[in-house]
Amino acid sequence: MSLIWRPVPLAKRRARRMDPPQTVATSRPFPGFTLHFSGAATDVPPVLRQALSKLDTLGLAADWRSTVELVLAETLNNIAEHAYAGQPPGPVTLTARMTPERLCVILRDQGCPLPGQKLPEGRAPNTDVPCASLPEGGFGWFLIHDLTTALHYRRTDQENRLQLEFDLTAPPKPG
Amino acid sequence: MPLQQTQTDDIKIITVNLPRIDAAVAIQFKDSMREATETGPDHIVLDLSNVSFVDSSGLGAIVASKKQLPSGKKIDLAGLTPDVAKVFRLTRMDSVFRIYAHVSDLASRAAG
Repeated sequence: MSLIWRPVPLAKRRARRMDPPQTVATSRPFPGFTLHFSGAATDVPPVLRQALSKLDTLGLAADWRSTVELVLAETLNNIAEHAYAGQPPGPVTLTARMTPERLCVILRDQGCPLPGQKLPEGRAPNTDVPCASLPEGGFGWFLIHDLTTALHYRRTDQENRLQLEFDLTAPPKPG
Repeated sequence: MPLQQTQTDDIKIITVNLPRIDAAVAIQFKDSMREATETGPDHIVLDLSNVSFVDSSGLGAIVASKKQLPSGKKIDLAGLTPDVAKVFRLTRMDSVFRIYAHVSDLASRAAG
């Protein structure tokens, strides 16, 4: 293939503009939506409601609904309470893509990175302890790990990017 | 905080009239529970039959309600809805509390 740039003939350029490229029809993006909101704790409940209602519209099965709601609640609370802790809440973007087989949610924020710039471990807090030592926290990341099929975290520039995946072909974990 | 208290001779039933115990209400829930469990019978039952969602913060607040009890008191749970029961099972908190299917199971036992 020649690397020399040649101007595209005018007629051909017009044709390109007129005909919708065929690739659009075959690689149509998966159904989904994007929500932009602030990382304030008070934004979490309304954003959860909005996201769940949009997922309902996309056909998220009833048995998956509560699992997805819990994971989204935990991740959004983490952003509000930790990523934007001690600073004015910055922007958060939630992007969801869903097929009958798979739901993928990507959360982006510009807050502090996760400790060590990596995903926290998903171990369940030990409950086999005396009453006074019972854990009151640490359940969040355990639930996120436990209820998702895959989890990816990346810190780039000033942004946290957390990708949550759910395999919708099987019923959710019964607990 | 909408916590409704019903008292028999030996049991105090605290019914949570909230659809969600989540991060938004967790601290307030814990404080209201401290107040509600300070006086009255030593046996307390937390009726969660109106609660359809509990997140990790809400769970932590329920555990805190147990830990902050005055000595000699105990708290059981009743009426866990399916999604709430699942959070307790996943985190193994179902082994920490005695859980009754319905608050009436206890009330009738107490009466009988």
